[in-house]
Amino acid sequence: MTKPMDQILWQEIEPGGVITEPGNASCYHTGAWRSQKPKYDPDTCIKCWRCYIMCPDCAISPDYENNVFVWNFNYCKGCGICAYECPANAIVMEED
Amino acid sequence: MASAVSDVSITETKMAETEKKKVIKPLKNFPMEEYINSGHRACQGCAEVLAVRHVLKAIGPDVVMAMATGCMEIISSPYPYTSWTVPWIHIAFENAAAVASGIEAGLKALKRKKRIPDKEITILAMGGDGGTTDIGFQALSGMMERGHKIIYVCVDNEAYMNTGIQRSSSTPFGATTTTSPAGRVAPAGQMTWKKDMVAIAAAHGIPYTATACPTFYNDLQKKILKAKEVDGPSYIHILSVCPTGWRVPLHKAIEYGQLAVDTGVFPLYEVENGVWKLNRKPKELKPVVEYFKGQGRYRHLDDTLTAEIQDKITARWNRLVKMCEADKED
Ligand SMILES: Cc1ncc(C[n+]2csc(CCOP(=O)(O)OP(=O)(O)O)c2C)c(N)n1
Ligand code: SF4
Ligand code: SF4
Ligand code: SF4
Ligand SMILES: [Mg+2]
Repeated sequence: MTKPMDQILWQEIEPGGVITEPGNASCYHTGAWRSQKPKYDPDTCIKCWRCYIMCPDCAISPDYENNVFVWNFNYCKGCGICAYECPANAIVMEED
Repeated sequence: MASAVSDVSITETKMAETEKKKVIKPLKNFPMEEYINSGHRACQGCAEVLAVRHVLKAIGPDVVMAMATGCMEIISSPYPYTSWTVPWIHIAFENAAAVASGIEAGLKALKRKKRIPDKEITILAMGGDGGTTDIGFQALSGMMERGHKIIYVCVDNEAYMNTGIQRSSSTPFGATTTTSPAGRVAPAGQMTWKKDMVAIAAAHGIPYTATACPTFYNDLQKKILKAKEVDGPSYIHILSVCPTGWRVPLHKAIEYGQLAVDTGVFPLYEVENGVWKLNRKPKELKPVVEYFKGQGRYRHLDDTLTAEIQDKITARWNRLVKMCEADKED
């Protein structure tokens, strides 16, 4: 994983400021921004995927084995789109 | 008795149906891979980054991206980090299309010299409305006129959001921004009408031009796939709801996208080889006030100004419908 900016020596910088590790910004956890947290009820969920499709932060993914959707709270910013857009009201926003 | 039996079987089928529905089935036509990773720093509820997510899913991994500065660049690439999992170049504000043109020519040469495998690689240029309709306009016009095979995507949040909500030529009449503030001198806020960038792109005679919005993600993905197929430049203009700049609640970006389309403020259409086609035609348009309601940037509008905007939107819609009808008859 790329070192934080203040630990990088100038000799280590790639020409042109190229970043060689794809997607390494995932080490930054945007979940810390959250003041509200989605709470999911798998029994009410009709497995329509809408929350997954509409999440701007790719924080929701399917867990086929357990037949539920799961939230990655390292990244969920608590915007509430998933809850608002869920056609089955299977998600509610709660204070975090 | 007979009816009781059939009642039972109806209930059973219904139950079976709901049971069936409740198992997660793999999603069709919506790839699972992400090309802009979690950990990006877009504001909560940003539909501009959602648009980018949807566009990249449609294109897939074989892409090279050139991106003008703007929100999507700032939120994705604070050095030494990047949210992109595809080759991506950050460039100045004005030359996304010029750099993309160079990439296209360069890859062509490398393929010809057999320095890289001869496989299909999509070149994607992207800019905000400022980067596209104002400062990158000339580079974009050149790209379209020279006929490079590039998809240019404008993510339009209707102002220069990254630097603090300044007006652009894509800001709609009546929206307040920090450089078109509503007040005594300019009661409407922005006093000019939104530049019709889609018509300008289409006027270059390029093979494919379209509008899209992540609320209608199926439509958006279909259009990106079409753009990928055509032999030449394509221009996709995506309305991207920005909760921060529009002053709307964080959870409402998808809904405002829907309202923009259903009121005729932002119609979904495409121009394919000169043929205009509406992709979504509501039976009756909703009044624009339904779209304005709850948007802080329109809060100052009075009845007179709203009526003025309504007239213009209706007229533009009717003209668009007429053009599409005429092309259908040809
Ligand atoms: C030549 C130049 N002028 C000004 C800037 C500062 N600047 C960076 S991003 C930006 C606004 C971008 O607006 P837009 O293209 O609409 O994208 P958005 O941030 O709204 O997504 C400005 C003014 C710059 N980087 N370069
Ligand atoms: S939107 Fe609601 S019903 Fe649909 S999959 Fe997500 S939680 Fe389930
Ligand atoms: S609250 Fe927002 S960020 Fe969190 S999972 Fe739902 S849509 Fe994604
Ligand atoms: S200012 Fe608007 S477009 Fe920019 S990241 Fe925030 S919500 Fe998205
Ligand atoms: Mg903008």
